[in-house]
Amino acid sequence: MKTGDLGAEYPDGALIFRQGDKGDCMYVVLEGKVEVYLERDGQVVPIRMCREGDFLGEMALFQGEVRSASARSVGGVRLLTVDKKNFLRRIKEDPTMAFRLVQELSKRIRELDEDLAVLSRALQDCMNEQIN
Amino acid sequence: MKKLALPIPFGKMNQPRLSSARLEDGSRVAVIGGGPAGSFFSYFLLDFAQKVDLKLQVDVYEPRDFSVAGPAGCNMCAGIVSESVIQMLAVEGVTFPPTVVQRGMDTYVVYTDAGKARLETPALEKRIGTVFRGAGPLGIQGNEWRSFDGFLLEKAVQKGANLLRGRVEEVSRLEDGRVQVKTRGGAAQSYDLLAVSAGVNTNILKIFQDVDADYRQPGLVQTFTREYYLGKKKIESYLGEHTIHFFMLNIPGLDFAAIVPKGDYVTVALLGDGLNKDVFEAFLNSSPVKECMPPDWKPEEYACHCSPRINIHGAAHPYAERMVVLGDAGISRLYKDGIGAAYRAAKYAAATAVLQGIGEEDFKRDFWRSYRNMEYDNITGKVLFTVVRLIKPRRFACHAFVQMMVDEQRKPADQRRMSRFVWGMCTGSAPYREIFLSAFNPSFLSQWLLHLGSSLVRRTG
Repeated sequence: MKTGDLGAEYPDGALIFRQGDKGDCMYVVLEGKVEVYLERDGQVVPIRMCREGDFLGEMALFQGEVRSASARSVGGVRLLTVDKKNFLRRIKEDPTMAFRLVQELSKRIRELDEDLAVLSRALQDCMNEQIN
Repeated sequence: MKKLALPIPFGKMNQPRLSSARLEDGSRVAVIGGGPAGSFFSYFLLDFAQKVDLKLQVDVYEPRDFSVAGPAGCNMCAGIVSESVIQMLAVEGVTFPPTVVQRGMDTYVVYTDAGKARLETPALEKRIGTVFRGAGPLGIQGNEWRSFDGFLLEKAVQKGANLLRGRVEEVSRLEDGRVQVKTRGGAAQSYDLLAVSAGVNTNILKIFQDVDADYRQPGLVQTFTREYYLGKKKIESYLGEHTIHFFMLNIPGLDFAAIVPKGDYVTVALLGDGLNKDVFEAFLNSSPVKECMPPDWKPEEYACHCSPRINIHGAAHPYAERMVVLGDAGISRLYKDGIGAAYRAAKYAAATAVLQGIGEEDFKRDFWRSYRNMEYDNITGKVLFTVVRLIKPRRFACHAFVQMMVDEQRKPADQRRMSRFVWGMCTGSAPYREIFLSAFNPSFLSQWLLHLGSSLVRRTG
């Protein structure tokens, strides 16, 4: 870590937060990658990969305090914490603070829509094959 | 035939009051001063404009070259970027690389005449940055870091602003309400909007005071700053790699002082309303300073020094038709987080200009409301600093103050109320109002009274 590095470092594979944990902050990726995943029936289901400049953990700020997914470092990552109280206070003072977050969430919904379309198409093809 | 637009000095005309002035495609905006306030304003103005598909021309007038070492390339301050600014700018998409941040900080050591206490961020996360506003002190060699102000200005230029190196000499208003800016030896340029972010340590504000009847310069106080070369090894051995040292000593005229480690240098910064050379000498020769600096350190051997004035009371009427005043020339936070105040005021002004309008009434309705909230918060800050001034000369109170922080370090983070109070005062990361209200928490008050009583008993015993 350089003297001027900000945030905290998480080595490769380190757990950043676990699904179901109480969450009172979000994170901004300063350097490296983070994998966000769900744990279902003992299986790990990857959801997305966060890279430099991306947020993670923001859902706990708005939808209760429980993390909806887990996150771990991939190859080492440096993250900056954004406190829930600081962030919500700033949104109250300056509602435009939420613009980038809304932009990011819109991007994710768009990506989810695309994934859903691909899955739906694959399912349809599969069903057609079964019928034929 | 198109009406000729003639320049008229601000004070010699009836300023238009109500206006429907709006920024439109092709509107021209002048920003005088490329320090943090000017850069933030330009950056967010262009950012908001992009969001609403508005094409603007933004010219930033900044004669200073931030890559020059010493006062010529420096905007002069202690160079601490608060955790709230680092966090919020990260959310906005602006992060500071280690080539700009000299040291990421996770600890404050608070000194009083009755002892010291150590305060740390959760999990020792580096949430505070120390920076050089310019390229570093006079005589710096082999500098690994860039200017903080230069970095922000570059962000504004990357967003689409034009950097003009001219020094503005004259500002006047045209008959059609627009503003004309003239640089030394340059041609006059007309603009739809003018943002003044020239700082308070230049003569440029006199131009505005002469021409704008309503604008009044902010209340100022002089500060003292010196840079000392210690080298990385000595800084890490004696001061700590990621530690800011904050002093609340009973020296008349001095409110606060800080020793701020940078790469190879430390910045010594003093704040107070009665500062002079004797106060500086008394501070440098005090026991707590001797305790944290290397034994061979010589106070008289400094690399660079300055005595900039800072804003302690917001300017009156910091807006007019098609004009807004930002940064220290407008309002700042009392003694703390000047960069954070510049960011907030600049963003409010940019949002008003793009999303509301650029008339006097627009700035009054939107920007002025936020500006006043900052001013009210500073009034609460003045109350808090008065309380601290009452504590400092009373050794038993200082002892209670420090001991309460020391005792709290064994408790969970959410129960460290005095530590949070002092952290807020040191870092400027929370509004003064919030810090003030936290002092009325029954648990805080009971613990404080308990420690005060204990210190009194100890003294009389």
